[in-house]
Amino acid sequence: MDGTPEAILITPAAEAPPAPVVKRPTEGAARLRAIGLGLIVPVCLLVIWDAAVRWTGTRLVPSPYGVAVMMWDFAFGGIYDDAYSASLPIHFWKSVQRVYGGFLCAAALGIPLGLMIGRMPLLRALLDPTLSLLRPVPVTAWLPLSMIFFGLGPRAAIFLVFLGAFFPILLNTVFGVKSVDVRLFEAAEMLGCSGPKLFRAVVLPAALPSIFNGLRLGAAFAWILIVVGEMTGVPEGLGAVIMDGRTLSRTDLVITGMIIIGITGFVSDRILLALSNYFLRWSPQHHA
Amino acid sequence: MLDRPDQKPPPILRIDGLHKVYQASNGPVEALRGIDLTIHKGDFVCLLGASGCGKSTLLRIIAGFEKASGGSVAVYGFEVDRPGPDRGMVFQDYALFPWLTVRENIAFGPAQRRLASREVAAITERFMGMVGLAAFADRYPHQLSGGMKQRVAIARVLANDTDILLMDEPFGALDALTRSKLQEELIDIWKATGLTVIFVTHSVEEAVLLADQVVVMTAGPGRIDCQVAIDLPRPRDVSSPEFNILRRDVTQRLTSHIAPDRALQSVADS
Repeated sequence: MDGTPEAILITPAAEAPPAPVVKRPTEGAARLRAIGLGLIVPVCLLVIWDAAVRWTGTRLVPSPYGVAVMMWDFAFGGIYDDAYSASLPIHFWKSVQRVYGGFLCAAALGIPLGLMIGRMPLLRALLDPTLSLLRPVPVTAWLPLSMIFFGLGPRAAIFLVFLGAFFPILLNTVFGVKSVDVRLFEAAEMLGCSGPKLFRAVVLPAALPSIFNGLRLGAAFAWILIVVGEMTGVPEGLGAVIMDGRTLSRTDLVITGMIIIGITGFVSDRILLALSNYFLRWSPQHHA
Repeated sequence: MLDRPDQKPPPILRIDGLHKVYQASNGPVEALRGIDLTIHKGDFVCLLGASGCGKSTLLRIIAGFEKASGGSVAVYGFEVDRPGPDRGMVFQDYALFPWLTVRENIAFGPAQRRLASREVAAITERFMGMVGLAAFADRYPHQLSGGMKQRVAIARVLANDTDILLMDEPFGALDALTRSKLQEELIDIWKATGLTVIFVTHSVEEAVLLADQVVVMTAGPGRIDCQVAIDLPRPRDVSSPEFNILRRDVTQRLTSHIAPDRALQSVADS
């Protein structure tokens, strides 16, 4: 069997203790346990889904197996050989570009603006009422206007992602700046650091835990909004694929798109979390 | 006092007719009234008083964190109007930068002065060694004990080449053993560097142990009651009769102005 060489390669690594360090085996075991516990519910959901499809005999919802075949074809082709075969990379790449384009714009504007609003009472008095009025408007309500401003195309999608990510990033940054311990400003000033230099030396690092909270929330909203944004008539992108699936009544395509967005959003959050753990390694609360 | 020449140089700090009024929600509150104080280079002065006597407010005005309502505070003749590296503060709650390591915290001031990085490193190493933290250079503040944090806070101010070391109940949050160790080290550092120290405390024993001059303050509004010169030789022995005579005198001065229940409290604290 061609499975054998693989098994030989995997077994020693899985069974042998990774290193002769005392702490490692328990850490590894705890990690495996966490992964195992985390897998229980998804596996149960798959089993229930499969059983429900068989039991009701519905043709509207595909079985997990049907979706798995669709995912394979979407990623590598060779099964259905239709318009969607092996098209995952292009849709994925387009969506990632738009999500991170909008997200990075939101961070590039939200973090500096938040730092300034948090520190400058005049700017806060000037902008706070406007921002408070704009914030409760659902981002999806901007869809018609964004199509007028940016036309039918990727720019409208990027704008929606930007709007969705902007407010969590801005508000968390402002909150982080406002909750910096006054003592730290006094300490910096008596050491000869004052004026604009305080932003770089105290405000930014002290607000960093809140800023990372805002970035993680913003990234989550960005992935939610990409689907809405790509429903506005762009040909490529994971949101567009889901829209097409709906129009064509291809539920397997819809579920495939959902699963891929879910996984990508998860991985993207893990990357942000790893960055956050690296930059906040000084903080006892964030040291994971 | 110890080995100072009779001819005193011009004072490093001169406070004249200082008063401070806070605007509280129920009207103005007078925190300090008619403070006159002269401190010379190399003095170790303790501001001693019960809570609410304005000793911390006085220290914060000297530091430049708060503005006086009237009167003047001058360092070498220059009026104080903002915080500056010539007056280094050591806070009771440390106020270390939690995102910087021990080394980076101590290097903060020298780096602000735009010294060459090699010079910053040399200064940092020197003062890390002086407070005995060389082995902990790359730790973050949350990985240190209270005593170690306060050592970093002291080294951070020393590394900035300060003229006056301001200390606001710096050892109040530490356990008794660590406190007496740090008191000893502070005296060593003071002797080695010739710094001027203004040290706020509510403990009579701490004041008599550390200071050349104890400035006894009374509350409501905060005023200077008297100044007591402590001529005991160092290192001082807290169990010696001379020490305890002075300690009793200062305690009496401190408690003679306040209500009996607070007087008892103050004795119990000290």
